[in-house]
Amino acid sequence: MATMPTPVAELLGKALVAELTVVDAKGRPVTYPLIPLYDGDHVYMTSSTLFSRKLQHIDANAKVSVSITDPVSVGGRTDRATIQGDARVIAEDPHGGWERLLPIWEAKEPSIVFFLKQRVALPLFFERALIEITPRRVLYWSDGSTQNAPEITSLTEEAA
Amino acid sequence: MGAVADDRNTPELDARVGFEKLATYPFLIVNWVDDAGYPVSAAVDATVDAPGLTATFAPPAGLTVPTDRPVSLTGSHIRPQPGYGYDERRHVTVWGRAMATAATTPANGRVTLSGQTAWGWDETEVPFFEYSERSLPQSRRYFDALSAERGTPVKPKLSFGSLTLRTTRLPFLTATIIPVVLGILIAASHGAFDLVSAALTVIGASFVQLGLNVANDVFDTVQGADDANVTPTKFSGGSRVIQYGLVSLRQMAGLATVFYVLAGIIGLILLATRGSTALLVIGVVGFIVSLGYTAPPLKFVYRGLGEIAVALGFGPMMLLGAYVVQTRGALSWEPFVASIPVALLVALILYVNEIPDRRGDARAGKRTLPVRFSPGAVIGGYNAAATAAYIALVIGVVAGILPVPTLLMLLTIPLARRVSRGLAPNYDNPYGLMAIMGENVQLHLIAGLLLLAAYAIVIVAGAVAPGVDLFLG
Repeated sequence: MATMPTPVAELLGKALVAELTVVDAKGRPVTYPLIPLYDGDHVYMTSSTLFSRKLQHIDANAKVSVSITDPVSVGGRTDRATIQGDARVIAEDPHGGWERLLPIWEAKEPSIVFFLKQRVALPLFFERALIEITPRRVLYWSDGSTQNAPEITSLTEEAA
Repeated sequence: MGAVADDRNTPELDARVGFEKLATYPFLIVNWVDDAGYPVSAAVDATVDAPGLTATFAPPAGLTVPTDRPVSLTGSHIRPQPGYGYDERRHVTVWGRAMATAATTPANGRVTLSGQTAWGWDETEVPFFEYSERSLPQSRRYFDALSAERGTPVKPKLSFGSLTLRTTRLPFLTATIIPVVLGILIAASHGAFDLVSAALTVIGASFVQLGLNVANDVFDTVQGADDANVTPTKFSGGSRVIQYGLVSLRQMAGLATVFYVLAGIIGLILLATRGSTALLVIGVVGFIVSLGYTAPPLKFVYRGLGEIAVALGFGPMMLLGAYVVQTRGALSWEPFVASIPVALLVALILYVNEIPDRRGDARAGKRTLPVRFSPGAVIGGYNAAATAAYIALVIGVVAGILPVPTLLMLLTIPLARRVSRGLAPNYDNPYGLMAIMGENVQLHLIAGLLLLAAYAIVIVAGAVAPGVDLFLG
């Protein structure tokens, strides 16, 4: 089984925002900008219950992609990547289950810790589910230009 | 989880608007679902023709943009803020069908997306807090589905302390404590003071306000006002605990009942130990005003009488009630006159807090003064009432009814002017108005504390220098 290409892992570690694309009931791709949190094995994202339609889409169809396209969100790097994978929603504890990712989240968005302390002001924003994405295939554009074919890496056989 | 709902947290955009927004992004992301069922996304440089509802771009090399299934174009933007995170969040997606205009090869091919529907969010158009409030139904559906899936209720949570704070709106108790303690101090300056009954008065009056706060949420929910409000702030729009699913309507009704019962028990104790006809009348009228503030059939606040009810309740009634407990029913002009500026300033808290609620209130038939009148008239009303508060104070002092040290309250005039000046520029911006609402709450608090300080001076002066007269005339 191949591992995540190093530059893509770096992009995931650096990106302030990535585009999560899920498939809705009509077969349409629906794209949500979210913070990608990568632990070396999985890409995690979190979703407030307020904006939880994406979770319903994932429950119905686990196939998703995560794209890093905006040089502004990765400190000026121009390379780009799309990671296709299988997602599962972890919702055992919407109140606090997601907080295990807080250190990675805080590294990208330091203000989140301040806002979490003010939880009383916006309680539902902090009722969250985790989206755990197991990468299956990576498309990587080293120069960022999609007019050049991407390097494609299969990480494992696709889920049945 | 349950079925996917069709509605969205923000309205679907007109396709043309979607294209117009797409045209503002430096690059776009084309998305489709590949033959294996996975979404594919790739950055493209597109030429947008918003009137024609199309966007044309060179297809990504080595990938085939399908023409037999939905394809979308997305624009997304943030501005990084080092040490903080990011801001300026906005994104937009247009869905449609792709058509190959020549050949779909990178060498000479172009793909045109003909758009049909669009959706997005721009926090400069819909602030994050409003976006969150508009999304409450989605959160409710999520928890309902999770509960159904697990066969047991799953609800959002807050720590007990935070939930108590939020549910009861405890910080607003200053509206009660200021007039009650002022009434007690005025009575003490007249030589009447009993510590136990004074403490019971503060506690009992606080229970009345807590009952009012919670009952207000119950009746505003039942009558649709809190649900219709998508721009609540920490000062307005109620506690939202029912809307957020943190506490049920039934639990809130029970809590309001408990607070009123506790207030009633303390009232009966005070009547039994320090009773008077005046206290009985103030207690009964106070209860009616408190409950009738939002409860049918009176619904004072729904009829534009909320400010008068609040002024009466948190002005003369609280102050005179506390006074007559100490004096065992003896009345005096001094506590009544002292209550006038307090009453006006507390009514102005409600008055300003109703400004950001006015659209939701109007939808729910809550005809508050900011719903009824133009911004200019509302701001003029604020200035008139604030001015009247200071004039009443000065007249009280000049007439020899209030002691000279109460003029300390005039120190708050600059704060009142700051609130007044902040109303017009923030009138249509609920979140900008939050700072002004905070200062307006402080105005009442600081003015009240200065009045308390004034009576502390009167009491101390009376003890150490009985011959010094602190009243004019």
